[in-house]
Amino acid sequence: MSVHDQFNHDPFCDPRVHLSRRTLLGAGGGGLMMSAIAQRLAWADEQGVTDSAKPKSVILLWLQGGPSQLETFDPHPGGMYGGDASAIDTSVKGLQISDLLPQTAEQMHLASLIRSVTSKEGDHERAVYNIKTGYRPDPTLKHPSVGAVLCHADQGGADIPRHISIVPNGFPGRGGYLGAGYDAFKIYDPAQSVPDIRRSVPEPRFEQRIADLYDVVESEFQRGRLRQLESTRTLHRSVTDGALRMMSSQQLGAFDVSSEPRQVREAFGDSAFGRGALAASRLIEVGARCVEVSLGGWDSHITNHALQSSACEKLDPALSALLKRLEERELLDSTLVVCGGEFGRTPAINPAEGRDHWPHGFSVLLAGCGIRRAGLYGETAGKPTLDSDKPMADIVDPVTVGDLHATILTALGVDFEEELETPIGRPMKRSEGKPIKAILSS
Amino acid sequence: MNKLRHVVTASLRWSWFVLLVLLAFGYLVAGLSGNRPPKNASSTDAEAIGSPVVDTDPMSAVSRIQESLRPSVQKIDAERQQRLASLGLDHAGPADWLTICRRLSLALVGNGLSLEEIRALEQIEESKRERMHLENLLKDQRFHHYWAERWSRFLVGTDGGQFIVYRRRRFRIWLAEVFASNQRYDRMVRDLLTAEGLWTDKPQVNFLTATFDSNDGNADPVRLAARTSRVFLGLRIDCLQCHNDFLGNVNLGEESDLREGQQQDFHQLAAFFTSAKTNGLQGVRDGEVEYGYKYLNEDEETDVQAGVPFLPELLPEEGKPRARLAAWVTHPENIQAARATVSHVWALMFGRSMGEAVDNLPLDEPCHPMMDLLARDFVAHGFNLRRLIRVIAASEAFRADSRADFEINPEHEHNFAVFPLVRLRPEQVAGAIIQAARIKTTDRESSFFLQLQTMTGTNDFVTQYGDIGEDEFNSDSITITQRLLMMNGELLRDLVESNPLLNASAHVRMFANDTSQIVDLLYLSALNRYPTSVEKKHFVSRIECSDDKEKATEDLVWVLLNSSELAWNH
Repeated sequence: MSVHDQFNHDPFCDPRVHLSRRTLLGAGGGGLMMSAIAQRLAWADEQGVTDSAKPKSVILLWLQGGPSQLETFDPHPGGMYGGDASAIDTSVKGLQISDLLPQTAEQMHLASLIRSVTSKEGDHERAVYNIKTGYRPDPTLKHPSVGAVLCHADQGGADIPRHISIVPNGFPGRGGYLGAGYDAFKIYDPAQSVPDIRRSVPEPRFEQRIADLYDVVESEFQRGRLRQLESTRTLHRSVTDGALRMMSSQQLGAFDVSSEPRQVREAFGDSAFGRGALAASRLIEVGARCVEVSLGGWDSHITNHALQSSACEKLDPALSALLKRLEERELLDSTLVVCGGEFGRTPAINPAEGRDHWPHGFSVLLAGCGIRRAGLYGETAGKPTLDSDKPMADIVDPVTVGDLHATILTALGVDFEEELETPIGRPMKRSEGKPIKAILSS
Repeated sequence: MNKLRHVVTASLRWSWFVLLVLLAFGYLVAGLSGNRPPKNASSTDAEAIGSPVVDTDPMSAVSRIQESLRPSVQKIDAERQQRLASLGLDHAGPADWLTICRRLSLALVGNGLSLEEIRALEQIEESKRERMHLENLLKDQRFHHYWAERWSRFLVGTDGGQFIVYRRRRFRIWLAEVFASNQRYDRMVRDLLTAEGLWTDKPQVNFLTATFDSNDGNADPVRLAARTSRVFLGLRIDCLQCHNDFLGNVNLGEESDLREGQQQDFHQLAAFFTSAKTNGLQGVRDGEVEYGYKYLNEDEETDVQAGVPFLPELLPEEGKPRARLAAWVTHPENIQAARATVSHVWALMFGRSMGEAVDNLPLDEPCHPMMDLLARDFVAHGFNLRRLIRVIAASEAFRADSRADFEINPEHEHNFAVFPLVRLRPEQVAGAIIQAARIKTTDRESSFFLQLQTMTGTNDFVTQYGDIGEDEFNSDSITITQRLLMMNGELLRDLVESNPLLNASAHVRMFANDTSQIVDLLYLSALNRYPTSVEKKHFVSRIECSDDKEKATEDLVWVLLNSSELAWNH
């Protein structure tokens, strides 16, 4: 069923069969109201041209707090460090993941897994910054998160914001030195409506307010002041217009998951995270370029297994349903799914039955555009020596966070080595590090 | 008889209880009637202003202060004129008193003037209003707390830091006390650099403990060197941590013979901080400098000696390491350090730096002549921050209009030929809109209800609007999220709707004589100015011709709160 069924009442078009972009974007009725991207895609479809350079998007399933690799994607059952998790087979021959993620195990053939990510940050805030931007925190400037980098590199538009954060957990993606215009637009549980999107007064009254604002107060402010004040400095009117467009956009419907059939919603799981993952998939279809969905509860310094399994209960259905859905809708080739957190957890179990922060070998899952299917890179030792002077000794093929970002950007078709101008005059590459060729599909 | 006595006793007890509840309620909503004489912090001068009898004493005190500043201000103004003339730039005349007072309020307390403050100022002679307002603000608790927060961001950043050993709030309160007592700036710097003891007991130690999270419970010399360099020396030498300066960005050494910055420069500065040893329950204690670092392309670690990146002759030979560093930073001949201070204060006053960046004033580049003059003046008058603020506030650069009868381009702004237009920070916007919707000044003496609104309203709003954190003077863009929040958000709705207990909308309608006055008062509350005749005509007729005058008034409040004028410093 098409996402935009409610907008398309064309009786000659059976949505189940004709899942074209035209249908998806509700071109049936509201031609005049379509945004630029919608029009472009609709035209391309009508001409029978398959746009091979479809805009690439990224869905980041962000596991806030540091998920334990030993209880998720890199189990080493038995022994001192295995904990209570055991390993199960997946749809990839020879690959096993934790028994806490059974549904995901069935979709692993769609993804690649990196088990040897390393970083130098053990503090939550600094590590989140590190993973989301690919750089360590720097007092001289703020780096943009990967979603902002993508939106900046490719300016393809939509009525709704292109960089979105669902259920942001305190550290949403930021535009950094690219500007606050690239900050993620934050929304909370998709079961609730998008914040501040509805006007609080009836339309005619609202229109009159806007008219008074633009025609009287704004024009008075500009009188006699800096030339081209609005277009070069305040941008007040153009951004307000953007907000007004969003308020009346048909693409807003993408945020609302309640219109999806019940079995679809159940497949994703009854949690804010599940709904967020479903909303992410809908948003990608209408032109959002980066959607991050956050899930907390992974910071298991005490009772590790209980906390990890309770968080996995939310992760498992959402991740597996998302991969399945994107594959079914043929969106996986143009959408990159990234799943991971800011670091892993210690192999050693502490006296409170918990695991602590561990940036020396943790897992990140990648799936979709540019990424090999059923790929695997890197290993952590089943019986680690845990020598604090040699943290890399227990890792095979370690990769840095910079390498991870270079890989992500290459998969998305963005030049990872290009230098961008920053406000302090210091040129900054999009990412430092080298892409991991073994898991890239080309 | 017994029953009657019982009833009487019971009703007496209950009446005490009811009286208590009524008193509590009365206290909670106190300060909303607007009839009491306006109070402004604990300043007797301010109280005198509110009363109808004009007390000449505070006026003459203000005049005396102004006189003492005159020579310094004249020099600054002359410098500016000369520079503008040499560049062939026109300049704007002074702005009106209300605009200048708004700039002062925004700079010192983070929001605009309240109707109450405006009315109080209108009682005194026009030529004295700006100076009186400045003096009131300097004594106001809000100023002390607002600048404490802003300076905390320069000094310790906004990071959470390591729990237990880092008490940012205590640090901020200590800074507020520094500003309240107008302590000498050089003493504050010395207190910070040589801080010793427990972070709870000696709040200035938090300057060091803020870096404990990246160095295993010890002061991180690298972070402290970077911060010291930027806040106290106005130099960004961060890149020298890892390599020599091969881009020609950082030139250090002798003033007459500047050379390329070296890694040694950074690490020798950092070495001073290795003498701050953590000593268990005693907190931070002074020890010896112990710093080994392996420079790039070297095979072995060097034992780094403590040293300063420029003006080495000013560094005392004897004394504890950090005390020597503090003496060097606050040396009267260390003009670079004074420039750094002036740069920060100027940026807080104007909302933007004098030059390219607040914390980067390269030694090999000439800075604006006004900067140098202000720096020397600052040192010559005992590192007096309030005096510096007063001099800047009285300067033609600060008082210039942002409007002119010639076409203004960015060059005029860069050279302060006109007052630069700067976007307000998120907390300033929140403060401005909350203040705009009130009659009374929101401050610590305000009623509990108002404070509650301010606190929760401000924090939620600021979080959603996008707190820029340490990005002090770089926020240039506005986002869709911000506009949605302003147009449709809950805080705006609460503030706009006619709510007799709390809002200007309702109050103004209740107490104004006619529609014309309603428009005047709303413009004054929100934008701190009177409407132009065009605006007045438009909105008076909008309200008069409307079926529902209350709703039309709310609409006007909405429009004013959503204007760019409210969100910009002009």
